[in-house]
Amino acid sequence: MSNLDSFRLETRDWLEDNCPETMRKPMKTADDGCWGGRNFTFKSEDQKLWMDRMGEKGWTAPEWPTEYGGGGLSKAQHKILKEEMARIKARSPLESFGIWMIGPALLKFGSEALKQQHLPPIVRGEIRWCQGYSEPNAGSDLAGLQSKGVDMGDHLLANGQKVWTSYGDKADWMFCLLRTDPDAKKQMGISLVLFDMKTPGVKPKPIKLISGSSPFCETFLDDVRVEKDQIVGEINQGWTIAKYLLTHEREMIGGMGLTGAGSKTLGSLAIDSLGTTFGRLNDLFLRTEVAKWEIDAAAFACTAERANDEAKAGQGVGATSAMLKYYGTELNKRRFETLLKVGGSDELIWDGDLSKNDGWMAKTWLRTKGNSIEGGTSEVQLNIIAKNILGLG
Amino acid sequence: MALVVNEEQQMLKESARGFLAEHAPISEVRAQRDSGSELGYSPALWGKMADMGWAAILVPEQFGGLAFGHVGMGQIIEETGRTLTASPLISTAILGVTLINLAGSDSQKAELLGKIANGDLTLALAIDEGTQHSPANTKMSASKQDGEYVLNGTKRYVIDGSSADNLIVVTRTSGNPGDLKGISLFNVNSDTNGINIERTNMVDGHNSSIITFTDVHVDENSLLGEFDRGFRPLSTALDVANVHLACELLGIAQESFDITLKYMKERKQFGTLIGSFQALQHRAASWWSEIELCKSIVLKALQSLDEGDAKSPALASIAKAKLCEIVELSTNEAIQLHGGIGMTDEYDIGFFIKRARPAQMLYGGYSYHADRYALISGY
Ligand SMILES: Cc1cc2nc3c(=O)[nH]c(=O)nc-3n(C[C@H](O)[C@H](O)[C@H](O)COP(=O)(O)OP(=O)(O)OC[C@H]3O[C@@H](n4cnc5c(N)ncnc54)[C@H](O)[C@@H]3O)c2cc1C
Ligand SMILES: Cc1cc2nc3c(=O)[nH]c(=O)nc-3n(C[C@H](O)[C@H](O)[C@H](O)COP(=O)(O)OP(=O)(O)OC[C@H]3O[C@@H](n4cnc5c(N)ncnc54)[C@H](O)[C@@H]3O)c2cc1C
Repeated sequence: MSNLDSFRLETRDWLEDNCPETMRKPMKTADDGCWGGRNFTFKSEDQKLWMDRMGEKGWTAPEWPTEYGGGGLSKAQHKILKEEMARIKARSPLESFGIWMIGPALLKFGSEALKQQHLPPIVRGEIRWCQGYSEPNAGSDLAGLQSKGVDMGDHLLANGQKVWTSYGDKADWMFCLLRTDPDAKKQMGISLVLFDMKTPGVKPKPIKLISGSSPFCETFLDDVRVEKDQIVGEINQGWTIAKYLLTHEREMIGGMGLTGAGSKTLGSLAIDSLGTTFGRLNDLFLRTEVAKWEIDAAAFACTAERANDEAKAGQGVGATSAMLKYYGTELNKRRFETLLKVGGSDELIWDGDLSKNDGWMAKTWLRTKGNSIEGGTSEVQLNIIAKNILGLG
Repeated sequence: MALVVNEEQQMLKESARGFLAEHAPISEVRAQRDSGSELGYSPALWGKMADMGWAAILVPEQFGGLAFGHVGMGQIIEETGRTLTASPLISTAILGVTLINLAGSDSQKAELLGKIANGDLTLALAIDEGTQHSPANTKMSASKQDGEYVLNGTKRYVIDGSSADNLIVVTRTSGNPGDLKGISLFNVNSDTNGINIERTNMVDGHNSSIITFTDVHVDENSLLGEFDRGFRPLSTALDVANVHLACELLGIAQESFDITLKYMKERKQFGTLIGSFQALQHRAASWWSEIELCKSIVLKALQSLDEGDAKSPALASIAKAKLCEIVELSTNEAIQLHGGIGMTDEYDIGFFIKRARPAQMLYGGYSYHADRYALISGY
């Protein structure tokens, strides 16, 4: 038996023993995700147990080195872990900006001390992170950011305003972009810094979304003390790191175009809702719309798979994260538009009669509209493809 | 299996590219057309392709083939899409080989496959009868009389029909149009009495024919596969053909994109390169993204043919449908972004749209395959 085959069997056994039954059921609402951190209220004991066990094993961050608490798995092993989790419909043990964004950046650019300090608590789900990039006047044009970090000798003094900070009111730490050299060219005077959200002067204020909830905030920075050892990489050299981090964010968001393992296909949802006559869906136009979507989704899923396998084999263009982000989010938006039509009026229930749902569909559908904005808009992704991949100036 | 082209397959692709650049550049397409070639392809080129072993790629080793598989063959077909090269590869080396391999008796395989592998025998599939691909609706009849079969009916749009040595004819031997049962396949020499072949000129210049069968008598050994049960192997062979047509369309889509991208970096208007206009950049970027999806789904479908997995029919229809959609986008955008010059016969870009449409329609276009995929998926 090859090493990978025996890894698969060990993994299967371990998951069988350690994944609680209730964590093998699909999440009912988007709020069922486990985010961890100091302020998080677990939905159930099983949810905490599952996060703790996976965190202990390092499998919340399967490919990170074991010395920082990660799983130390190869890409091939990671793929097997994902397959085995999908096989038993295991939920993701932990949703985390730490794992998706700041972790990879620290692994590549952080000092040894920063890695030791921040990575293990991320893996274990103890510290939850938020992203302080966007500002009122710096969205797509992120490098135009104006929040300042003034050098005070042993620390920086941060002042300014961040906006659209997802979970700013729930997070424990922020990774944040500051302008530390006001005289340098736009991209040259930026630093990526880390601070605790409890630091005096950090004030997140929730903003309500069209989907009704308030997952993001405007965050005011008012004389916030940032320790110098919490600068990632060199001072004023943060832009490269910030962009590297964005590629990880994009891959993660683009993954939304993939229908989650274990969840029902659009086709089967349409069959459930509309019914069939002699094997054909009772709505000719929706049949066409569903089939077109499923064809595109199948091709997209293969593209994500190919990008991953090419990276493993050392082939490929590498710069595909912009394309995956663009296509995946547009696809996810289309999916929810079709789901609304398939489900009909029930799906537009906001609250009140909750016989069928608790407004999940309407809220989730509206939330998907943000997918093609957050992490860089679709138009910005097309700019990146045109410039970096196609060489159009 | 990793969704990547392995080293051997990549080498085959590169050698195909080199071969076609030398022996079949686009100028050959123009030359074929201008010469009014009866055959629609160059027999000399076909001989060289056979020397390269291309006719033998799908033939099992025991019959003198290379058994190199669909992923390998797909790389070659994709390259022939880039150069718009006409050849008997699809009709003979892909459809013919697959059908004989699936349905043929041992003696039929022994007799036919080796000759195909050497490039000594070409085939054509006589299947469609109307303007829309619809194999289950076959009407053409074959009836049993005194130990023989008698064929009557008309086939249209038979690719390579006027050049092939043998025809594989799809007939109805029982039941009604629409029934899957009652379809039988025959391997018939094109010179048989009662067969009339009329070459049609299609927009791509490839050879396509209307073939009428009037009381054509063939012996029992002409039956390919089981009587009345020809639909199953036929359907599998059509899946195979459609995946390879998707490969050809992928080549066409990529080449028309590449040519256009290059043009965007050369053509100046308003004192600057047209590639600097964001309206065009976004079109190019989303077009490129679509082609990336096409590459992935085509490779997936090819791999699934090699693995013989149960998802092959669905994947074949997904791949063909997606490629039909995107090659249409590609060939239209290519002309549009070239402006006036894209409309001229002198410039090559027009050849791409002319080959794309017949290849899209052959064995079912977007609507046929999207609908078939929905049916397979239970809706
Ligand atoms: C749900 C959600 C969560 C978010 N979470 C976070 C977070 O946690 N942390 C954080 O820092 N930020 C977050 N953001 C902010 C997000 O990154 C920005 O909204 C995004 O980068 C766009 O910036 P903007 O909103 O200022 O829009 P603008 O940049 O003002 O864009 C407006 C429109 O103009 C278009 N446009 C702009 N520039 C160009 C151009 N050069 N070419 C063509 N079109 C262009 C855009 O595509 C868009 O359609 C979040 C946003 C959303 C919606
Ligand atoms: C069938 C036909 C008949 C014609 N008849 C005549 C005639 O009788 N008399 C005559 O004088 N002319 C005629 N024309 C010429 C026609 O007006 C030009 O072809 C047309 O104006 C486009 O110019 P072009 O071909 O140089 O393309 P280009 O200007 O080079 O355009 C190439 C591509 O770049 C795009 N593009 C160019 N500038 C921009 C921009 N600023 N922003 C975004 N995209 C841009 C275009 O839309 C096009 O897709 C004819 C053309 C055709 C096809």
